[in-house]
Amino acid sequence: MPQPSLIQFQNVAKVYHMGDVEVHALRGVTLAIEQGEFTAIMGASGSGKSTLMNIVGLLDRPTGGAYLLEGEPVSTLSTERLAEVRNRTIGFVFQSFNLLSRTSALENVELPLLYAGIGSAERRRRATASLERVDLGSRADHHPNQMSGGQQQRVAIARALVTEPRVILADEPTGNLDSRTSVEVMKLFQELGNGGITVVLVTHEPDIAQYASRVIHMRDGRVLSDERQEPKIAVVPPWTQGDEEDPP
Amino acid sequence: MNPLQTLRVALRALTRNKMRSFLTTLGVVIGVSAVIAMVAIGDGAKARVEATFAAMGSNMLIVLPGTSTAGGAMGGFGSMPTLTWDDLQAIQTEIPTVRAAAAQLRTNAQVMSEEQNWGTQVFGTSPEYFQIRTWPVAMGSLLTQGDVDSGNKVAVIGQTVADKLFGQNSNPVGQSLRIKSIPFTVVGVLDKKGQSQWGQDYDDIVIVPVTTFQQKIKGGLKNFIEGSVAVSATSADSTSRAESQIRALLRDRHRLPLGADDDFSIRNLSEIASAQQEGTRTLTTLLAAIAAVSLLVGGIGIMNIMLVSVTERTREIGLRMAVGAKPADIRLQFLVEALALAVTGGLIGVALGVFGAWRLATSFGWEVLYRPDVIAIAVGFSGLVGVVFGLYPAHKASRLDPITALRFE
Ligand SMILES: Nc1ncnc2c1ncn2[C@@H]1O[C@H](COP(=O)(O)OP(=O)(O)OP(=O)(O)O)[C@@H](O)[C@H]1O
Ligand SMILES: [Mg+2]
Repeated sequence: MPQPSLIQFQNVAKVYHMGDVEVHALRGVTLAIEQGEFTAIMGASGSGKSTLMNIVGLLDRPTGGAYLLEGEPVSTLSTERLAEVRNRTIGFVFQSFNLLSRTSALENVELPLLYAGIGSAERRRRATASLERVDLGSRADHHPNQMSGGQQQRVAIARALVTEPRVILADEPTGNLDSRTSVEVMKLFQELGNGGITVVLVTHEPDIAQYASRVIHMRDGRVLSDERQEPKIAVVPPWTQGDEEDPP
Repeated sequence: MNPLQTLRVALRALTRNKMRSFLTTLGVVIGVSAVIAMVAIGDGAKARVEATFAAMGSNMLIVLPGTSTAGGAMGGFGSMPTLTWDDLQAIQTEIPTVRAAAAQLRTNAQVMSEEQNWGTQVFGTSPEYFQIRTWPVAMGSLLTQGDVDSGNKVAVIGQTVADKLFGQNSNPVGQSLRIKSIPFTVVGVLDKKGQSQWGQDYDDIVIVPVTTFQQKIKGGLKNFIEGSVAVSATSADSTSRAESQIRALLRDRHRLPLGADDDFSIRNLSEIASAQQEGTRTLTTLLAAIAAVSLLVGGIGIMNIMLVSVTERTREIGLRMAVGAKPADIRLQFLVEALALAVTGGLIGVALGVFGAWRLATSFGWEVLYRPDVIAIAVGFSGLVGVVFGLYPAHKASRLDPITALRFE
């Protein structure tokens, strides 16, 4: 029996109601994403990329069609169950990092584990390992405002990784970063993909999409094209020495 | 997330904004400290009233001669002798709720020892008087029925008189003193009773047998008691019954027709005491109500700040939800923050109230009484305020949509 796809969309639609006006953010999207794939989603502003990501990330529910995560239909789960599944299965990386200010990098990374009900010693151990994996082990005590944008985004990635999720969702993660730091982040994502973690990334930049193994173009709430490609290998000065120690 | 972690997260959030948190708690601090201080002072006053009335005598009634209509300019109670020695006897023997009764004749006199001279009040009474006033001796012995029967020239003196005439820490028992130049032997020194509520010194007294008093100090009218009658009822509950029975008895004996005014009056000391306590209680209730209002205002202050905090931390809430917080986790977190604010305010308020009551009491010479139950209720009540006023902001936070919250600027 073939393994079901990790993420499966069957004619997923999303309609927003704004008063009398209906906004069709997604008009029937069907796609399947396999484990370990590194997918880039592209498309013009307003084409529905973020809406798609929010549904994949269980932050939002489709208004039509079905979404199966690990073969299970998730659209009918309760808000509480969704929070649990999100906590275990999905890690988010945002354009604006969304780190808690005046809170150390370590505590920021510990946050998802707090809601997983993990004890403080274990939390600390895993958060430290996760920070080391993004080469920020020495910055554990630093607060976000003491770090560069690239470092902050790496803390955010460490936070997304700490629960050892199966999926990392990144909505324009390089939007606030310069090109060199962007490549650093891409290299990290490529390594995660090699380690079996599924990465879905939204980007406007074709340069960034090159690093993915699959590119989906969207227009007006529909999938315009969906192509696999040979990813460009991200090459930056090495800062990820620590990553063999703690595979996902 | 377990409760301890929730508490830690809440405390972190509060300490991040120390000044604001402190100002937010002020309303509760003021409310609780006011409650604690007012109740402590009120209870102190009440305890003092109780103690002074207890010192007067237990379950005590005083029967005074004279009509009530003859009050004011006519001289009032005690000015016209209407009580007879037979009346006293009847009160003693015919009323079952009366434990003891004694005449008390009173005069002011100069009293002299070998060296000293002191103006005091001299009482003529019988041995029952000491029972009525629950007043034992510190040294020597009380008057006896034999002293009354034989008209012995013996005296029992109060602590103040002992100090003034014979010096501090002396033993006046067996020594002699002169009242109106008549020599008396001191047979006993009474226990210290302290001051009455009106500042009168109970211990400034010389007590002699009633017969001796009449023969040597102040000759009276033959059949009438030129003073009052002290009565103690068998129990605290029976004092009012004793009062009405004595009234009926005396009206009957004095042959007062129906509708005529009493030609005597009865003071019920326990009623006066409870009236006084009622007064303090009303005051305490009033002040507690004011304090409750300020606690309410404090609660509204907490709600206001919590709402501001929810708005300010919208993105944080969105993020927490994205990484796995359930609505219940968010609700609990904000609820615990409100609770922590209120309880901290409550505890500071208790400390401040205890200290404030103590400062006021020492500078005004009041008494204070701290009741652990009041303190516990005050802290518990501030916690309740925290929960009640934290509920709405916490609920609002838990209902946020994570996507909108994460996009919030
Ligand atoms: N909460 C909402 N209420 C109403 N309409 C919405 C809402 N969220 C998104 N939309 C609409 O849905 C459509 C798709 O929005 P979405 O955010 O998915 O676009 P996007 O592809 O991520 O765009 P961008 O590249 O600018 O981020 C847009 O027309 C948008 O206005
Ligand atoms: Mg978007």
